[in-house]
Amino acid sequence: MSENTRASGQGRSVLDFVGAFWAWIFLLLLVMIFAIANPVFLSPFNLQNILANMAILTIIALGQTFVIISGGIDLSAGWVMGMVSVVAALTINTMPPGAPLWIVLTVALLIGAVAALIAGLVNGLLIARLNVPPFIATLGMFGIARGVAFLLSGGMPIPVRTEGLGRVGNGYLFYFHPTAGWSFLTPPVGLAQADMRQLMGVIPNAVIFMLILLFVAHIVLSRSRFGLHTYAVGGNKEAALRAGIPVSRTLIAVYMTSAMCAAFAGVLYGTRFTNGAANAGEALLLDSIAAVVIGGASLFGGAGSVIGTLIGALIIAVLSNGLVILNINPFWQFIAVGVVIIIAVLIDQARERLIRA
Amino acid sequence: MTATTELTSVNPAAQGQPIIRLTNVTKRFGGLTAVSDVSMEIYPGEVVALAGDNGAGKSTLIKMISGVYKPDEGHIYLADREITMASPMEARSLGIETIYQDLALCENLDATVNIFLGREPMKRMFGVFKQVDRRHMLTESKTVLDRLDITIPNLRRPIRQMSGGQRQAVAIARAVYWNAKLVIMDEPTAALGVPEQRKVHELVKTLKSQRVPVIIISHNLQDIFAVADRIIVMRRGQKVGDVMASEVDGDDLVGLMVGAGEA
Ligand SMILES: Nc1ncnc2c1ncn2[C@@H]1O[C@H](COP(=O)(O)OP(=O)(O)OP(=O)(O)O)[C@@H](O)[C@H]1O
Ligand SMILES: [Mg+2]
Repeated sequence: MSENTRASGQGRSVLDFVGAFWAWIFLLLLVMIFAIANPVFLSPFNLQNILANMAILTIIALGQTFVIISGGIDLSAGWVMGMVSVVAALTINTMPPGAPLWIVLTVALLIGAVAALIAGLVNGLLIARLNVPPFIATLGMFGIARGVAFLLSGGMPIPVRTEGLGRVGNGYLFYFHPTAGWSFLTPPVGLAQADMRQLMGVIPNAVIFMLILLFVAHIVLSRSRFGLHTYAVGGNKEAALRAGIPVSRTLIAVYMTSAMCAAFAGVLYGTRFTNGAANAGEALLLDSIAAVVIGGASLFGGAGSVIGTLIGALIIAVLSNGLVILNINPFWQFIAVGVVIIIAVLIDQARERLIRA
Repeated sequence: MTATTELTSVNPAAQGQPIIRLTNVTKRFGGLTAVSDVSMEIYPGEVVALAGDNGAGKSTLIKMISGVYKPDEGHIYLADREITMASPMEARSLGIETIYQDLALCENLDATVNIFLGREPMKRMFGVFKQVDRRHMLTESKTVLDRLDITIPNLRRPIRQMSGGQRQAVAIARAVYWNAKLVIMDEPTAALGVPEQRKVHELVKTLKSQRVPVIIISHNLQDIFAVADRIIVMRRGQKVGDVMASEVDGDDLVGLMVGAGEA
């Protein structure tokens, strides 16, 4: 047996551990603090709420994860999401009233995805083929998607009144009622209005949707050739090129992945808020980058993971929910997230120094 | 010594077909002629050092062999067949493996991935989805590293956390694994300490013993005399010397490199 099979030294393992898992530890501390301050925080209803409310952010952040690992950034994701929500709303409103909901949604998603993928393709071509820096290319697309979204919507949110749409985004996989028992996807029929109050939803649909996308993204990033190439391009573009990796194609695929995630987020927004709004994702862009960075990705590229991004999104979601529950002015959330991003970067730098030492 | 261009001799080890042959190769960057009318041949099992001052055109010359640049003039023949390479990948598929001056490794990835980068083995997952076969990469990497007697404590750690010598070793292992017909090394010892330089010298000799020819670029006379059979000297884009290492000393080489005896 050769020495190449030997495990690494144990010396710095404790510091390594803290460095690698500080975000988990931080999340745990946050949960404990909020739970002690107000037990309502840990109620199943509130926990499900946190998860359902973070779904849209998490989905945008998934796309951003690919982009940041590849060494870029996608500033257009938020407005592409808004554009998709507008396109989807307009599409749904042109469908015949009696059309089955799943067909309506599929068509809306397809047309929204086309709009998003055009934006992603343009981003990718500019960055991969014309060597425009990602910051500039996606800032341009930020403006374009924003303009298109507002032009299409006329500057106002577009309400969608399709029957049952809101229940897709806000509904649950199961419902439980003390007398009527369990039911699947729809609340038990024939419940009186007064009884509705005891009805409990179990596992929000939005969470299911988020989990499916998390799973797919995780597998693609950690197991597929495209995922490996994304890391390689972000780590050393020149080396990737010389090793024969199709760098341009990888980068274009990365920006289209981000756009596709924005499309999923835009359609999910439509089903949760039953409208399409140009500025639906405006506030989500910074949070999505924050989630990825808190999750251990480096803005220089080459590092990051889907699990990390999930932890980052959880921290942001728990912070905003906890502050509301504690009756603290929600604007504090911006400050808290800002501080956490800076801590994340500082810890990352400290780890680098430790490793190189 | 007199005129530098007369200092050429025939390599007794040079037998049979050359592995690679360059005829009158020229490369220009705008108005600058980085490589001018260079011809050379490399034979199986020989180690050829490419010497020359900074900016002499050494890296540019080997980048034409490894498919990074296309020559503006001249031809390159691999085992008697003319090759026109459009990309580094094409050169690699022809068996030309290059270890670049600025190490062409992805420092964020581990040694096994770097050895297989661009040629990842795949296996099927759930019958449909194709995933990178990391286990295969690990076992194969161990085999090739053992064969070269290279020790890397933890193959799953990113290259970034390895020493310069270990990184160089990974780059060489990559070349060996893919059955290189020709290995090119650009300043392989530039950033290394003395023990690590020795290790690289040993690796070059291992390659030689396996009849793989090596072109090694170096400023370092110790490097050159430790491993080279033959020395090609470049100055200002031109080939000004092609000599057996056993027939010259350091002073001769420096003279060729800086052009002493002319002017
Ligand atoms: N991509 C490029 N564009 C323009 N000029 C270049 C390029 N690459 C090299 N040159 C120029 O060509 C000449 C030869 O460069 P090259 O890198 O081949 O030299 P070298 O012998 O490898 O030098 P060193 O020992 O410093 O590595 C230099 O004058 C260099 O500035
Ligand atoms: Mg050079």
